Amino acid sequence: MHTEDRIERHGRPQRAPAGAKSIEVTAPLASGRPEGAVVFELTDLEVYYGAFRAVSRVTMKIFKNEITAFIGPSGCGKTTVLRSFNRMHDVTPGARVAGGLRYRGTELYGPNVSATEVRRRIGMVFQKPNPFPKSIYDNVAFGPRSNGVQSREDLDVIVEKSLRSAALWEEVKDRLKASALGLSGGQQQRLCIARTIAVGPEVVLMDEPCSALDPIATARIEDLMRELKSTFTIVIVTHNMQQAARVSDRTAFFTTDVDAKSERRTGTLVEYDVTTKIFSNPGDERTENYITGRFG
Amino acid sequence: MIELAETVTSGAPPDLTAKRSWRSVKSATMTGLMVAAVFVVALPLVAVVWSVLGRGLAVAFRGFPDFFIQEIPSVARRAGPGMGPAILGTLLVTGAATLIAVPLGVLGAVYLHEYGVGNRFSRLVRFMATVMTGVPSIVMGLFIYVVWTLRFGYSAFGGSLALACLMLPVVIGATEQMLKLVPHHLREASYALGTSKSRTILTVVLPAALPGIVSGSLLAVARAAGETAPLLFAVGAATEYNPHLFEEANTALSIQIFGNATSSFVAAQDRAWGAALTLVLLTFLITLVARVFTARIASRR
Repeated sequence: MHTEDRIERHGRPQRAPAGAKSIEVTAPLASGRPEGAVVFELTDLEVYYGAFRAVSRVTMKIFKNEITAFIGPSGCGKTTVLRSFNRMHDVTPGARVAGGLRYRGTELYGPNVSATEVRRRIGMVFQKPNPFPKSIYDNVAFGPRSNGVQSREDLDVIVEKSLRSAALWEEVKDRLKASALGLSGGQQQRLCIARTIAVGPEVVLMDEPCSALDPIATARIEDLMRELKSTFTIVIVTHNMQQAARVSDRTAFFTTDVDAKSERRTGTLVEYDVTTKIFSNPGDERTENYITGRFG
Repeated sequence: MIELAETVTSGAPPDLTAKRSWRSVKSATMTGLMVAAVFVVALPLVAVVWSVLGRGLAVAFRGFPDFFIQEIPSVARRAGPGMGPAILGTLLVTGAATLIAVPLGVLGAVYLHEYGVGNRFSRLVRFMATVMTGVPSIVMGLFIYVVWTLRFGYSAFGGSLALACLMLPVVIGATEQMLKLVPHHLREASYALGTSKSRTILTVVLPAALPGIVSGSLLAVARAAGETAPLLFAVGAATEYNPHLFEEANTALSIQIFGNATSSFVAAQDRAWGAALTLVLLTFLITLVARVFTARIASRR
């Protein structure tokens, strides 16, 4: 009931999202919200796949202990930008990142920066739940183990803590040795979140984490995100505008620019602001068209 | 509405019986042809198993387990068991070949698929592996004869080297195919947890590919166990037990089958049949053990 209620309440994007109440308390400005410490600072960030420019000139700041949502139609580059935050493009042959991307002041793509070190601090949850074909325990312990935690007691503590944080402990505490593949889709996704938390990251990136889940599992993940916000900085890509309105503090709207001459499609950032403003009084016509369902 | 329903129920029952048509004739013909093709393919297999069982069972299991334990008669025309030294020789030669070829092949495939993607060296290695697959086994035997046997004399190890050369490309090919099948999202999940590439390969990719690697390697082992030509050059044809890998002439089941079957003495020909059956059983046993092993790994997930 609770879940349906919330979806109903925020079904229309014009209404104030869930985060609005706290915003009103802390921010006197109509569209403002106090800016915390900057976690990511993008200056003219561009991502190329080979010669193809997938995203052009994104400039924005992402703040600590906030949930930042990336919305926009398919192919607009939101996932591409997200994946540049923890250097996942390194794994894709031909992908290249240009422009400035600072993480707490350090250039992520600078010399002597190790992608492995970056990913220890910036974790990622994927669209499709992707647990390893191992036991539940081994899934959560995987990250700490690869980072050198070996003692059984330490691992036990980390596993329990991470599973509790991901609101999965009560459901799986009696079958930690069972295969992770036997869990339901929603449980698998929470397991993936627990696995990410277990490494002790500072940022959690989420790439459409709920698109494969039903509304109840989605609501659980969203509740979880709100709880985790106090500990982590969260950036989420979503196709679901209601979800962005429900959970996020700030929203960035991306779209696709089609070059008139070459018909090349490039993703661009259209508007980035406090979520309440984006959904109630967007500054750009394209944003308004998108969130009111006139296109995309 | 009621009227309509009445006309439907009151009308003559519909004729649903099958009618003979050109289509059904074609279907029957093709089905018949396919069944015939299955028989044509299965016939040689059944015939081989039938004759090996029919002529080998009596030889191999008379006075069990004499045939599998006793030494080979040094005089070919003398009737009686055994094939013990050949069984040990086959196990030694194939075992050592496996120990050489499987680690090298798996490591090679990991390099080709994970590290040397698209570079010139890996293209060269892959090309050579393909060429090696096509080298006739007797040529491989000749090669080992020249570089090893002429220098160090007959030994089980010479045969292992020849077999390893034959197995290596098969293991590389099978392992590479299995690595390709490991879903990309598993690697990504591991990388996203701050795991290094080498550790990802060791703890995520190889375990996921293990069942396939084991069955691929096994195929290579089973094929190598039956090879005769390369062993003729390198191993020799001893009749006594030789447990040493590196010293003195040894023997193998395939060598004994060849030697005894081409003999003019009935006693020797009988032993060839017994050895053939033993080889079939041995290969079957290895396959079975590995299947059980991989099934157990798979069920642990």
